[in-house]
Amino acid sequence: MAAGNVKLLGVWASPFVNRVEIALKIRSIESEFIQENLLNKSELLLKSNPVYKKIPVLFHDEKPICESLVILQYIDEVWPNGPSILHSDPYDRAISRFWAAYIDEKWFPLVTELRNAEGKEAKTAVLEKIYEGNLLLEEAFIKISKGKPFFGGDSIGYLDVVIGSLLGWVKAQEIMDEVKILDETKMPSLAEWDDRFCSDEIVKDIIPQPEKLVEVYRKYQESFYKK
Amino acid sequence: MEGTKNVVLLDFWPSSFGMRQRIALALKGIEYEAREENLFDKSPLLLEMNSVHKKIPVLIHNGNSICESLIILEYIDQVWHDKYPLLPSHPYERSQARFWADYIDKKYLQIYSTGRRVWSGEGEDQEKAKKEFIEIFKTLEGELGDKTYFGGDNLGFVDVALVPFTSWFYSYETCANFSIEAECPKLVAWANRCMQIESVSNSLPHPHNIYAYVLELKHKLGLS
Repeated sequence: MAAGNVKLLGVWASPFVNRVEIALKIRSIESEFIQENLLNKSELLLKSNPVYKKIPVLFHDEKPICESLVILQYIDEVWPNGPSILHSDPYDRAISRFWAAYIDEKWFPLVTELRNAEGKEAKTAVLEKIYEGNLLLEEAFIKISKGKPFFGGDSIGYLDVVIGSLLGWVKAQEIMDEVKILDETKMPSLAEWDDRFCSDEIVKDIIPQPEKLVEVYRKYQESFYKK
Repeated sequence: MEGTKNVVLLDFWPSSFGMRQRIALALKGIEYEAREENLFDKSPLLLEMNSVHKKIPVLIHNGNSICESLIILEYIDQVWHDKYPLLPSHPYERSQARFWADYIDKKYLQIYSTGRRVWSGEGEDQEKAKKEFIEIFKTLEGELGDKTYFGGDNLGFVDVALVPFTSWFYSYETCANFSIEAECPKLVAWANRCMQIESVSNSLPHPHNIYAYVLELKHKLGLS
């Protein structure tokens, strides 16, 4: 669709960039993808996101929007064609935002903590915290989806995109640590949602395969330590 | 007009996050029941309404609980959107308002821990904390520019998100012996302009009361 000039600055492996890609696809917005080099940040990135110097940055008619959750809401409001990303009811919206904040501020940082934890004992301690969070998310899914396939209802919505975008990296961590983070015996509804989300037409070519992310991580570690 | 009982705010008087909601509800002329929580002895209602984080503020509207202050602020703005809208109507400007409100919250952890090091710390660490603290507010000052308010001619989302923190400025300045006005004159001028608005000044505790609370905290923590 003719959406004006839309560009996305990012890297294919970033789950936060994937969020924006998914949202743009939901709204059928074509955009130009500008590949960033995180080991040698471009002038464009430093100028368009001087506060955090991070990707993703969405450019709409050359105006930058930063922070993935802010971008998702922008996409929802600016191009109102196609299914809504956020619920229209204020309370449902607040609930989606609450869990999105929980994911970004509490749950996903634990996955990073797991990656950085050294030794079996430390890793087990972090995993316990993640499992506690998983139970909350399982409960939340059951309550919010109300029997429908996604957090957003019949189609992928805000919370599906926010949590779903992280699944590639979560599974990559499972491979690297040889642990089960998303235990289908403890979170059966979410496990089914996971399969549904990752195989969805809109999502499947955007979320990278976990094995590829493991490769990326190992290469990044090498280059990072070489510097 | 909705009865007072339909809107309840679980709050704690020195909380900058609680102050945000007080201002928004006052600007929009919404009557509500204010319930003061004792954070050292949390009520069953708070533990039930915010079982995940067990924190204030919590807005209870028609029996539903909404948590996390910026989420509550957006909720209030959406439900009562015809009275004193806080978010701008243009999507790009809305995205910028959300970005800066989120910046304040991301930096809060820094402000909180930095602020704590400012009012409770000593020596080199306190000096370092003062520098970090000022940098955050200088960035915000840059965003304000020459505008009357972050929202333009009227108070907006970012103004409501930020102004509560200024009630703590006197405490930081007194404990650490520095002048925030000297470093960020435009920001302090903005804060003074906000305080001219009744809905703001009625919603914020007097800085001296915050200072008394800080002294109490310092005593409790064995830092006086």
